[in-house]
Amino acid sequence: MFNFLKGLFKENPIFVLALGLCPTLAVSTQVVNAIGMGAGVIFVLIGSNIMVSLLKNFIPDEVHIPAYIVIIASFVTIVDLLMQAFLPALSSSLGVFVKLIVVNCIILGRAEAFASKNNVKDSIVDALGMGIGFTVGLLIISLVREVLGAGTITLFPMGDFSGVIKIPGLYDAPARIFSLSPGALLVMGFLMAGFNWLLSKNKNKEN
Amino acid sequence: MTYVGIIITYVFISNMILSQFLGLCPFIGVSKDTDSAVGMGFAVTFVMSMASLVTWIIYHGILVPLNLEYLQTIAFILIIASLVQLVEMSVQKFSPAMYKALGIYLPLITTNCAVMGIALINVREEYNILESFTAGFAGGIGFLLAIFLMSAIRVKLDKERVPRYLKGAPIAFVSGGLMALAFMAFDRALLTNLIG
Repeated sequence: MFNFLKGLFKENPIFVLALGLCPTLAVSTQVVNAIGMGAGVIFVLIGSNIMVSLLKNFIPDEVHIPAYIVIIASFVTIVDLLMQAFLPALSSSLGVFVKLIVVNCIILGRAEAFASKNNVKDSIVDALGMGIGFTVGLLIISLVREVLGAGTITLFPMGDFSGVIKIPGLYDAPARIFSLSPGALLVMGFLMAGFNWLLSKNKNKEN
Repeated sequence: MTYVGIIITYVFISNMILSQFLGLCPFIGVSKDTDSAVGMGFAVTFVMSMASLVTWIIYHGILVPLNLEYLQTIAFILIIASLVQLVEMSVQKFSPAMYKALGIYLPLITTNCAVMGIALINVREEYNILESFTAGFAGGIGFLLAIFLMSAIRVKLDKERVPRYLKGAPIAFVSGGLMALAFMAFDRALLTNLIG
């Protein structure tokens, strides 16, 4: 349980460890992109953690990084092909960032720091915790950016519901800058500061 | 697109860091002082140019004729990892002075999104071999420009009083955001006006 929760808060990959930032900022213009990206990362993270944990006794130490990279790249290719086949719209709006999951430091970091030293069960729990922590971080950023920058919240369309929630007031006059690149960096900076504040408040309570 | 157009595009308009967010980790991590920022910038420029060239040759020379395009992610990451290793070894052997300046940054470049990013962008934009090389080189120069400016800002920031929770990475992001705001002045319209 501890392994699972640490990824959400104390070792949140985005706000505390500052890992995997490139995709985070680039795809966070719409909530639906954040969900898609988060799901992709969780899948790759679980897959690679399982494989690395299973193969940890067979991979020679000298070549362990290239071996991990090949494992990760295979799972990324699976995600990429599945997304192109079943969710073409999402795949085209994420663009090269699906393939760039392969250089996402979180995944190699977890393979190296956790899965290569622990058993399969713990590795899956660790991957889930980190993956969900990443997705939650991504969701927070994209929610702030989309609500302020476009005045909408875009989700998956279901039945009569078009998938887009319009926020009165903001929809007619959004602060467009938040959807553009400078907004991403600004939102990220202030959210990180907010997270620092929360963590330090938490620490004071524990003492 | 003309070669000048590609250079202007990747240095200013779609700057790797400030508009595409590729290579943010070193942008925040290695920008604390100007010397290491410039070292990292040159190392990235070098690897990006080489990687654009090699990935183009492998993609169009091997993967396309054999209908293996779906292997591109695995192939590219392996090419980049071995290229970085090769560059590191050859620089160490032939130019110890350069190795001293760039050596410690080279291993970090394997997981730099900018290198993988430019290889994928070259495929997406269907550039020919020289255009790919130009895009890689210009992307690297854009990276160098952004990380150099950032390090200059951070050296100044060290001397200022920054609110406690904004210290370190958060204030770097905010400064980066303001820089990106300035870079928004470079857009497609500028390119059309410049070279028609």
